[in-house]
Amino acid sequence: MTDRDDLTALLLQIGDDHLVLGHRLSEWCGHAPMLEEDLALPNMSLDLIGTARMCYSYAAEIEGGGRTEDYYAFFRDGTEFRHVIMAERPNGDFAHTILRQFFFAAYMNPFWRAMTESVDRQLAAHAGKAVKETAYHIRHSGEWVIRLGDGTEESACRMATALDDLAPYIGEMFETDETASRLIMAGVLPDPAPVRAAFEDTVAQTFAMATMPPFEMTAGISGGRSGRHTEVLGHLLAEMQQMQRAYPGLKW
Amino acid sequence: MNDEKQETKQERELMPLWEVFIRPRTGLSHSHVGSVHASDKVMAVQAARDVYTRRGEGVSIWVVASAQITASDPDQRDENFEPAESKIYRHPSFYDIPDDVGHM
Repeated sequence: MTDRDDLTALLLQIGDDHLVLGHRLSEWCGHAPMLEEDLALPNMSLDLIGTARMCYSYAAEIEGGGRTEDYYAFFRDGTEFRHVIMAERPNGDFAHTILRQFFFAAYMNPFWRAMTESVDRQLAAHAGKAVKETAYHIRHSGEWVIRLGDGTEESACRMATALDDLAPYIGEMFETDETASRLIMAGVLPDPAPVRAAFEDTVAQTFAMATMPPFEMTAGISGGRSGRHTEVLGHLLAEMQQMQRAYPGLKW
Repeated sequence: MNDEKQETKQERELMPLWEVFIRPRTGLSHSHVGSVHASDKVMAVQAARDVYTRRGEGVSIWVVASAQITASDPDQRDENFEPAESKIYRHPSFYDIPDDVGHM
């Protein structure tokens, strides 16, 4: 029997990763470098927000106190959010956004693939849908990584800069805390080793085609899982939560 | 002015136009739905997926480089198409269909 608090903690971690990164992607809507990406980036954003909604609804159901998914998205403060710091970092240029999406999808796809075997039926059911979504996210962002990395001098330079900026944040996705360890024991979470191996394989293959140097994960910046975020999160939440904070319960 | 033209030409070469065809469901044929800009055919299929199948419009996508399409000359429209207009007997609409055939 899984501990309710552990499961809620997991749902908020996954939910917050997806909501915050989904919000960042949505910021491209109307600003992407071409019309095609103006639709592609929000398409991915909506997939991520869909996963966040599942997590929050499920957390509300476990809690059973009459809360809804909106509570978790709009009425928590920054220190209560549990996403990895990479998710909240500003979009930077298109290369930065694409590389960040590639890293996230390269991790989430094998994660969800393994989660289809989770003893938690609700998460396992969602995993089937998320595997397909993240497979496309890898393909879309990965094809761009290849073309930018192996493109012009300018695009290769931007990819290299994006990699330097993002590299310190990647390791946090693979951290396993005590809650996660218990959930792994309980069969809710998968063994992290094969997930990480799949991530490294995807990144290695794509970077080779992009003529980029091999990626090596190093110890970097973390703290997001315990609510220690960077200053940009306050601005993100101010924009994302403003309507519900100003008009609680507002519907549209 | 000259520089502007140069850039447009370069952009056109980097991100050429592709015509998009979607098959709405198995059994029907692909229909032209519009076009996308993309660097190559792989990216063109992805762009088409993101732009034209967001509401469940299709189960298959074709893309064709717009430059590869050979079109009829608009100036030859009359000689191409007018001769057919007077040949209404080519439409199969002159048969009496017995009532018991039902829907055809």
